[in-house]
Amino acid sequence: MSTPTRTVVTGIGVVAPGGLGREEYWKALLTGRNGITGITRFDASRYPSRLAGQIQDFEAKEHLPSRLLPQTDVSTRYALAAADRALADAGLGPGSPLADYDVGVVTSTAQGGFDFTHREFHKLWSKGPEFVSVYESFAWFYAVNTGQISIRNGLRGPSAALVTEQAGGLDAIGHARRTVRAGTRAVLTGGVDSALDPWGFASQLAGGLVSTSTDPERAYLPFDADARGHVPGEGGAILVTEDADSARERGAERVYGEIAGYAATFDPAPGSDRPSGLRRAAELALADAGLAPGDIDVVLADGAGRPDADRVEAEALRAVFGPRGVPVTAPKALTGRLAAGGGAADVATALLALRDQVIPHTAHTGSVPEEYGLDLVVGQPREAALRSALVLARGRHGFNSAVVVTAADTHN
Amino acid sequence: MAQLTLDDLRRVLIACAGENDDVDLSGDILDVPFEELGYDSLALMESAAAIEREAGISVSDDAVSDAGTPRALLDLINGAVRAA
Repeated sequence: MSTPTRTVVTGIGVVAPGGLGREEYWKALLTGRNGITGITRFDASRYPSRLAGQIQDFEAKEHLPSRLLPQTDVSTRYALAAADRALADAGLGPGSPLADYDVGVVTSTAQGGFDFTHREFHKLWSKGPEFVSVYESFAWFYAVNTGQISIRNGLRGPSAALVTEQAGGLDAIGHARRTVRAGTRAVLTGGVDSALDPWGFASQLAGGLVSTSTDPERAYLPFDADARGHVPGEGGAILVTEDADSARERGAERVYGEIAGYAATFDPAPGSDRPSGLRRAAELALADAGLAPGDIDVVLADGAGRPDADRVEAEALRAVFGPRGVPVTAPKALTGRLAAGGGAADVATALLALRDQVIPHTAHTGSVPEEYGLDLVVGQPREAALRSALVLARGRHGFNSAVVVTAADTHN
Repeated sequence: MAQLTLDDLRRVLIACAGENDDVDLSGDILDVPFEELGYDSLALMESAAAIEREAGISVSDDAVSDAGTPRALLDLINGAVRAA
């Protein structure tokens, strides 16, 4: 029996609050630069929550041709820019040796094109249906990022879109790995979201999980005794995942690491006495990677930032790794929760942590309840020998996903 | 309403659907297929909708999609303007 295809990451494109681009983002995490601020995108003064992780320095026309501007939501613009960066990083930009059916696109967005649709709805109610843009037909749509990335870059390999709320970024990466294993040389994958317009933000608040704190340093505190909800953010990451042999053959400039394991589970119905599926997702992803808990050097947690959900995650981590058995961190404290972008950005973070042998800390969190039994990295980044990382993400209403990434040279 | 000129059409196309970086719209493009100018049927529908609103006319989406060149689209729209 032949060994299964190894799927490695050869390109990273990040568009996130606090850092546009891979290295800016990484530097922001390591230096604790807070991407969470008061909302400036619209007047949020009458909203019960007024903070968000906003991308501040993104001028769409600097990143995209004018043909794409009238037809894209802000989230799709981010996705296209992140994809451009990932492809360039992987040496698969213009003139790429891989083209057409060699490369697929698998992305996730949890929210679709809220901002675009908000504007079109406004035209609909105030002026009439004939004023609504024809581009509304797809600009709102969950599959639009996959489609626009595919069209812009002429990538016609097997493609898909997944929607599992905050778990979506990891599920997309898992499906990309599946696609590479089925014979596609490379797959552009990840997740990007944005819903920070008046309607999109109201919709996020309607979920009831968003912090009402007005202090950007205290509003989102994953695993803290004072956790009180999360702050929504925007952005995410797109990665180039690639067949390891194919990457070697074409002389890929760099391999950040391997997507070594993936699993997804679903929680039991509310009120059930069965436990959350998060532990099982973590264990299945480890088994898929052929690793034991002791092989994992760091966990990038979901970090919901609510006592009930934080406790469930802490329990799962204790069950898998033992009390304080592994360093845990939630660098998303600096960006807010990015919905489908969150898991993808966390995988990028994990790969950069493996590269630089340092764990970015969970900014702002200070006091972790003793009973959580967590070795949470707080205060400052922690240098450590890192060969493998587990990334967890949970989506609203029961989605649990886990990805294991290992350092590029782990298997030789 | 006055007849729509090629310059008017250029302006509306760029405003509604942008322009391709590698296409020069400024020359004699009357008979250049929209496909070569970088405009698909959605771009034409979006642009036609703006013209229809401005001129108070109505043309069918199918007819707009079938107008393969700026000349054909101008003929279609100006026919509707004359009939209005």
